[in-house]
Amino acid sequence: MTDTAQLEQKILTEVAAAGDESALEAVRVAALGRNGSITTLLKTLGTLAPEQRKAQGPLINGLKDRVNAALNARRESFKNAALEARLNTESVDVTLPVREAPFEVGRVHPITQVIDELTAIFADMGFAVAEGPDIETDDYNFTKLNFPQDHPARDMHDTFFFNPKPDGTRLLLRTHTSPVQIRTMLSQKPPIRVIIPGRTYRCDSDQTHTPMFHQVEGLVIDKSAHLGHLKWILEEFFKAFFEVDRVGMRFRPSFFPFTEPSLEVDIQCRRDKGEIRFGEGDDWMEILGCGMVHPNVLKNCGLNPDEYQGFAWGMGIDRIAMLKYGMPDLRAFFEADVRWLSHYGFRPLDLPTLAGGLSS
Amino acid sequence: MMKFTLAWLKEHLDTDHALGEITAKLTMIGIEVERVEDKAKLLAPFIIARVTEAKQHPNADRLRVCMVDTGSGAPIQVVCGAPNAHAGMKGVFVPPGAYIPGKDMTLAVGTIRGVESRGMLVSEFELQISDNHEGIIELPDDAPVGAAYAKYAGLDDPVIEINLTPNRGDCTGVHGIARDLAAADMGKFKDPSIKAIKGEFPCPVAVTIETPALCPAFALRLVRGVKNGRSPDWLQKRLTAIGLRPINTLVDITNFITYDRGRPLHVFDAAKVRGNLSVRRARKGESLLALDGKTYTLDDTMCVICDDDGVESLSGIMGGEKTGCSESTTDVLIESALWEPMNIAHTGRKLGIDSDARYRFERGVDPAFALPGLELATRMVVDLAGGTPSDVVVAGSTEAPERVIDFPLSELKRLAGLTVSLSETRRVLERLGFFVAGQGERVKVAVPSWRGDVQGKADVVEEVVRILGVDRVPSTPFDRGEAPRKPVLTTIQQRTRKAKRALAARNLVEAVTWSFIAKPQAELFGGGKPELALANPIAADLSDMRPSLIPGLVAAAQSNADRGFPDAGLFEVGQVFRGDTPEDQLMAAAAVRRALDKPSGVGRHWTKRDGEADAFDVKADALAVLAAAGAPAQALQVVPGGPAWFHPGRSGTLQIGPQNVLGHFGELHPSALEALDAGGPLVAFEVILERIPEPRARATRTKPVVELSTFQPVTRDFAFVVERTVRAADLVRAAQSVDRKLISAVSVFDVYQGAGIEPGRKSIAIAVTLQPRDKTMTDAEIEALATRIVAEVGKRTGGVLRA
Repeated sequence: MTDTAQLEQKILTEVAAAGDESALEAVRVAALGRNGSITTLLKTLGTLAPEQRKAQGPLINGLKDRVNAALNARRESFKNAALEARLNTESVDVTLPVREAPFEVGRVHPITQVIDELTAIFADMGFAVAEGPDIETDDYNFTKLNFPQDHPARDMHDTFFFNPKPDGTRLLLRTHTSPVQIRTMLSQKPPIRVIIPGRTYRCDSDQTHTPMFHQVEGLVIDKSAHLGHLKWILEEFFKAFFEVDRVGMRFRPSFFPFTEPSLEVDIQCRRDKGEIRFGEGDDWMEILGCGMVHPNVLKNCGLNPDEYQGFAWGMGIDRIAMLKYGMPDLRAFFEADVRWLSHYGFRPLDLPTLAGGLSS
Repeated sequence: MMKFTLAWLKEHLDTDHALGEITAKLTMIGIEVERVEDKAKLLAPFIIARVTEAKQHPNADRLRVCMVDTGSGAPIQVVCGAPNAHAGMKGVFVPPGAYIPGKDMTLAVGTIRGVESRGMLVSEFELQISDNHEGIIELPDDAPVGAAYAKYAGLDDPVIEINLTPNRGDCTGVHGIARDLAAADMGKFKDPSIKAIKGEFPCPVAVTIETPALCPAFALRLVRGVKNGRSPDWLQKRLTAIGLRPINTLVDITNFITYDRGRPLHVFDAAKVRGNLSVRRARKGESLLALDGKTYTLDDTMCVICDDDGVESLSGIMGGEKTGCSESTTDVLIESALWEPMNIAHTGRKLGIDSDARYRFERGVDPAFALPGLELATRMVVDLAGGTPSDVVVAGSTEAPERVIDFPLSELKRLAGLTVSLSETRRVLERLGFFVAGQGERVKVAVPSWRGDVQGKADVVEEVVRILGVDRVPSTPFDRGEAPRKPVLTTIQQRTRKAKRALAARNLVEAVTWSFIAKPQAELFGGGKPELALANPIAADLSDMRPSLIPGLVAAAQSNADRGFPDAGLFEVGQVFRGDTPEDQLMAAAAVRRALDKPSGVGRHWTKRDGEADAFDVKADALAVLAAAGAPAQALQVVPGGPAWFHPGRSGTLQIGPQNVLGHFGELHPSALEALDAGGPLVAFEVILERIPEPRARATRTKPVVELSTFQPVTRDFAFVVERTVRAADLVRAAQSVDRKLISAVSVFDVYQGAGIEPGRKSIAIAVTLQPRDKTMTDAEIEALATRIVAEVGKRTGGVLRA
């Protein structure tokens, strides 16, 4: 065995025997330090004859490289062992519960969701959203809508009134969103296409009525809109809203002061153990009232009924929400019970869109 | 209410159509069928049977075991408890599986005291045709065994109930309904003319109308020498079938004509009327004992019929008890009048009387039928009760105003999208009693006297569309037009939507609470103005329009706490009212957090990042809503303190300058909570979305270029000791102001008061981030800037670097 081979054997044995970083460092210094055994050998190279140097050079440099590699490997194993030892002391109980994401806990009210659904559907058909005040005049809530002066709806039994003003007039809480139709026609030139969602009020409180509820109306005024268009719009709406491929509808002549002709609309459904399905079955459910805007209403808004025409419809937001999502009791909408709201409410990120689905 | 039977309808309509077709058609032409009671169907299992044998029950004294022959198959064994059950009798049998209406149960095979019973012999009570449950029905010997009992007994006439719209006075009588059905091809309308009956003597009672506005006409005639008693069976049957109680011939005739023709009449017992009749307004405090046995107190909005003794009848609504007709009546005054519909409706509502007369007069009766109706009644009285009629006296006029509508046929296409020929239009209208003159595109349509609701072209369109069927109107795609697809929502609508979802994304749950609250609560929250108080609230605690969403939310949070859910976080985005004009109605966004409801999570948690919701939680909520709604964050100021309902030291006001207060946040004042009868701890915020400045219109959607410096930012920490009253925001602003270009952020990372700091003072530690833009800063430059920061903070807040 040559000297270098012996030296290598010795150093590698020492590397293997080093118990920690500092012992290893001592081995490194002894071999590769300024006065280390390998360093010393390297220094001798300069004194050798060229042929000898040619033979010895690779031997000594090879020795240096192998020793370095052994040192690095040993050092790496110390680091790994240290890391492993540290990690072993660092475990947590990952089964501990974390907080739910706040947007998974929060809810918007079903009424909000349904209004957003209505908006998505009708905006696609070119409708804007019109709004108006809850406190209305008798003129906008009744007179301009062609209600006769002594119509029962004007009675204190049905309508919430404020106290009379010195001039005898008295304001009221709107009983429907129809006064916004008047406001829209008075402030905007046709063509008009709006939906009008909002709070409405009637002196009524029992199993199926609350003194405050929500309505949505639609209004179209132009020079050609007729009953056939109204039928189409409502069909398109109900298919989109109830998310079904078809919906059977029945238009029955009826009477409202502010439309002529007036129609009530039933939709086809199947009732089964408290669940209602649309687009099938042979039951009919009354769902909205509609008609061509009464010529007197157009006149009251400064529109010539021989030039302008249009239609309007109205339905209960709470009611269509109940039908679509199956809430059994209207009163619960306004009781703010967090259990009910968490169950029937919607996550804030479930924004209804036509592209992504209204309720998915 | 309007009810009639199929047989009654057929008196006015010659038709072979089945009941189902007729009722379906009624609904589709706008005469909504509310209910059909088809007794024939309901009673189909009940058949006529003979009792062949009736033996004593072996185990029960009062029961008999009968063998019943039903006309087919072997006799059936029935256990019967009726005292009148005996061999040889004929009765009504029903097999197991049938529904027994009087008992509201379905019959099953039973074993009664050990003997099997395979059916039942029924009483009238069990069939729900009378209250008689003394014994089983006993039929004459000629009753056909095996036949349906309902048909045999004439109980099979289906009853149709109509939910009539308020415009169709003409359909308050069977006659008018038949006319509509005939127009809709459901048979031939029977409309024989009514012959006048010549009076044989002058009417001895005169009539004066003092209030022609409330009573356009009043016709009266006396029939002398009548014999009033039970009316004939056919008439009683008509009335009982629709739920009316037969009283006596004269009264039954008026009820019959009311339903048959939609023409209410009144009969006075002439012997009980003193002097002449006059129609006038009631005087305040007058009263009338009416035919329903109740006494009504009247006022001067109401119209009455009087004789010399005073008020005898409430016009067009109900007669008086005193002058009513009884079995002893021999001379009868028959009244047929016209009344002002609104006044009838008003009086009826005020007194709470829902009579058949009111139902018709408030919808408007046919003025031209007032006199024929009186003739029809006279004919029936003479035929059914005998007597001699007087002449008719008429005060006022029954003349109906003539109404002719100029009608272009194109209106049908224009309004209904329906193409209808002149001949078809004419056919429909004329069958409804209209008269159509002309052959061209424009025709003249004369409206019949009974259709006061038809006033203009649109009404004529409705008549044609209604009778032809709305189904014929083709569903027509409604093009959205050329308008570009632009957002349709207004700024406030967008803000409302975003506010709601932003709050829900912060773990709050949306409530919808009443727009009206109790007056004391409204007052407590800055409201309670007289013009916002309802004149007729539905409940005392729902009396005033809310000035704030907070009281409703606090109440809601408290209800949840009472139900066992104390950590409620609720929000609402809705209208609040500062006055009664449209501009005074504002859109507020508000939330309350109760007990352990924090944005970081609800309830206790092992991470210790829990605890009671505090003012900073709702400050964060408020800022989140304002950010979502587009408020300019840079311009927002937070000022300590809020309105009286907030804790003075733990609340803040959000504003853009003192003139534009956006809202408030903080802990509720303990006395406000107490007044709301709610427990805490409870924090809340409320902002007004309209107060946010309108966003500037942007010419382009392109965002400004972002500047990404290549030089590392440098952060230096400073701890200042200041007076306890110094606001952190002022200190931050002071540091920031030293070099707005270089200092990119100043954050507060520690606030401390206590040991090591003088009493009355506190330490605020800030981290200042410097973002060099064109070269790396030298230590000397950084040091110089730090010195200036210390100087500026010292100057503006009195703060000194903490030792």
